[in-house]
Amino acid sequence: MTARKLTLAAALVVLATLPLWLVSAFYINIATQILFWAIAAAALNVLVGYAGLVSLGHAGLFGIAGYVAALLLGAGHGHPVAILAALVATVAASATFAVLSLRSTGIGFLMITLTLGQIVWGVAYRWASLTNGDNGVNVASRPTPFGVDLSSPTSFYYATFATFLLAMAMMAVFVRSPFGASVRGTRDQATRMNTLGYHVWLIRFLAFLFSGLWTGIAGLLFVYYNEFVSPQVLALQSSAEMLLMVIAGGTATLLGPVVGAAIVVIIKNVASAYVERWNLLLGVIFVVIIIFMPEGLLPGLTRLWRTHRRTASTAIAKGSVPISEGPTR
Amino acid sequence: MSILLILAVNSIALGGVLFLLSAGFSLIFGLMRIPNLMHGSFFMLGAYLSVSFARAGLGFWGAALLSCAAMAVIGGVIERVLLRRLAGQDLAQVLLTLAMSFIIADVCLMIWTGDPIQPPTPSGLQGAIRVFSVIFPIFRLVIVLIAVTIAIALWLLIDWTRLGAMIRAGVDDAAIARVVGIRVSRLFTLVFCLGAALAAFGGAIAGPFLSIYPGLDADMLPLALIVVILGGIGSLLGALLGSFLIGFLYNFGQAMFPDLAYVILFLPMLLVLVLRPQGLFGRTPA
Repeated sequence: MTARKLTLAAALVVLATLPLWLVSAFYINIATQILFWAIAAAALNVLVGYAGLVSLGHAGLFGIAGYVAALLLGAGHGHPVAILAALVATVAASATFAVLSLRSTGIGFLMITLTLGQIVWGVAYRWASLTNGDNGVNVASRPTPFGVDLSSPTSFYYATFATFLLAMAMMAVFVRSPFGASVRGTRDQATRMNTLGYHVWLIRFLAFLFSGLWTGIAGLLFVYYNEFVSPQVLALQSSAEMLLMVIAGGTATLLGPVVGAAIVVIIKNVASAYVERWNLLLGVIFVVIIIFMPEGLLPGLTRLWRTHRRTASTAIAKGSVPISEGPTR
Repeated sequence: MSILLILAVNSIALGGVLFLLSAGFSLIFGLMRIPNLMHGSFFMLGAYLSVSFARAGLGFWGAALLSCAAMAVIGGVIERVLLRRLAGQDLAQVLLTLAMSFIIADVCLMIWTGDPIQPPTPSGLQGAIRVFSVIFPIFRLVIVLIAVTIAIALWLLIDWTRLGAMIRAGVDDAAIARVVGIRVSRLFTLVFCLGAALAAFGGAIAGPFLSIYPGLDADMLPLALIVVILGGIGSLLGALLGSFLIGFLYNFGQAMFPDLAYVILFLPMLLVLVLRPQGLFGRTPA
């Protein structure tokens, strides 16, 4: 465990000092993107990993936060109002999503969330008088929390980093809390949890709200980072990318989604400078991970490493939960 | 008045295309219990392939049939090589089809570039006929005719042949079908090939009507999903009626409420998913 703690501490030091040794704003911006996508992926992981509910509609929630903030700012409201309203709207939308989609689990849940995501996308794309359609909405300025100007890449990186740390802390608390345990319980043994007197639906509903809130926060960071939001970020592709981040890194692990977000963002931004076909690359990685490492890269590599060290077959026996072993009905 | 009629004709033609797309989608969904998220990609790839075959001098219909056969092979290979490895893990299978749809979309973009292609209407079917001062484009009528013919053929296949009975048994209860000696895994491959071929044929004949462009897959997949959810998973009649219903909703929605066109399209599906999850014509699983 000390090796793990050392690695974590080293990673934190690297992240905290990143702008000092990454001279180019281009790379600082990529680090910022990784961090807010990591928040979104960690939020989605609450449902996919811990609750066993695979959602393909989270880009809709992500986008609602972005659009509400951008539209309110455009209407002349201040940043605090816009941010608060965006989060309230996202949580309200999450509650609606949850009420409709939690009538089902497994494939049914996936399809209802997919439909809901498509409806939100359709509104953003077609209701041009409200959302400006495909042209998107511009945001004039970034907020200045406690008088700190966030217009430079470095200052915005630190703001994102602070939010990221808070998100990770919240996730860690969530996982260790009795509530987190009950969410995992509804994933593994829904009927038994019900028999034990737990309100399975309510537990899943609250997990959905928690997931939605952090998705919205990530969406806000996204819109302030780009100072622009368009229907593209709400599309099914975007939901799929978020899901890929969770699955690639490792579901139901704290750091898996962070690793996954890093992989996807780096492939998208850095590799696309060299390879034209990053969509193809993304698809191939997706396929390879689903088939050969269904538990994700982080647990997969840990498993390989352990097996390698012990050279015993006992380590394989205790794998983590693969994506496919979702909820039991 | 005439605008409404034109919309109606377009709606019926789109309904025909949607049926070709969603019949296979429905059968796959019914049998394998997964929504095949690359069905839109089969449609688009089939359309692109038929354009290339037609340019190679095969003629419109020859090219459409060849692209059908090619897609059947591609679909079969994907099922055998990839989906088969994940048998029993439905979520992993759905995600695999999603990933494959990215790959197919990018490959299409690589080969056929981003410019939309509008293949010419096959010779002899251009022009229009006049019935009571209403003008019907011939090709759109032909599309409907083909769709209805295929619907009847599929109905005969599913309801009146031994193979159809086996497929129906697999849809109703795969485990019991296995017990009585039906090789369900072979049915999976067969239905997957059939679904891919139908989607490709739909794409091939829809080309002159919808034109082919990157993103066609993402436009068609949700429509297939809506049709099948509305009609009921695994139900051919449901797919047929759902296709025409969505054909109308799509065209009239786009024309009359452009702002909320997608909401109008997805709302019925959401209502059905929430209120009647087995679909309008679906049977409640025993």
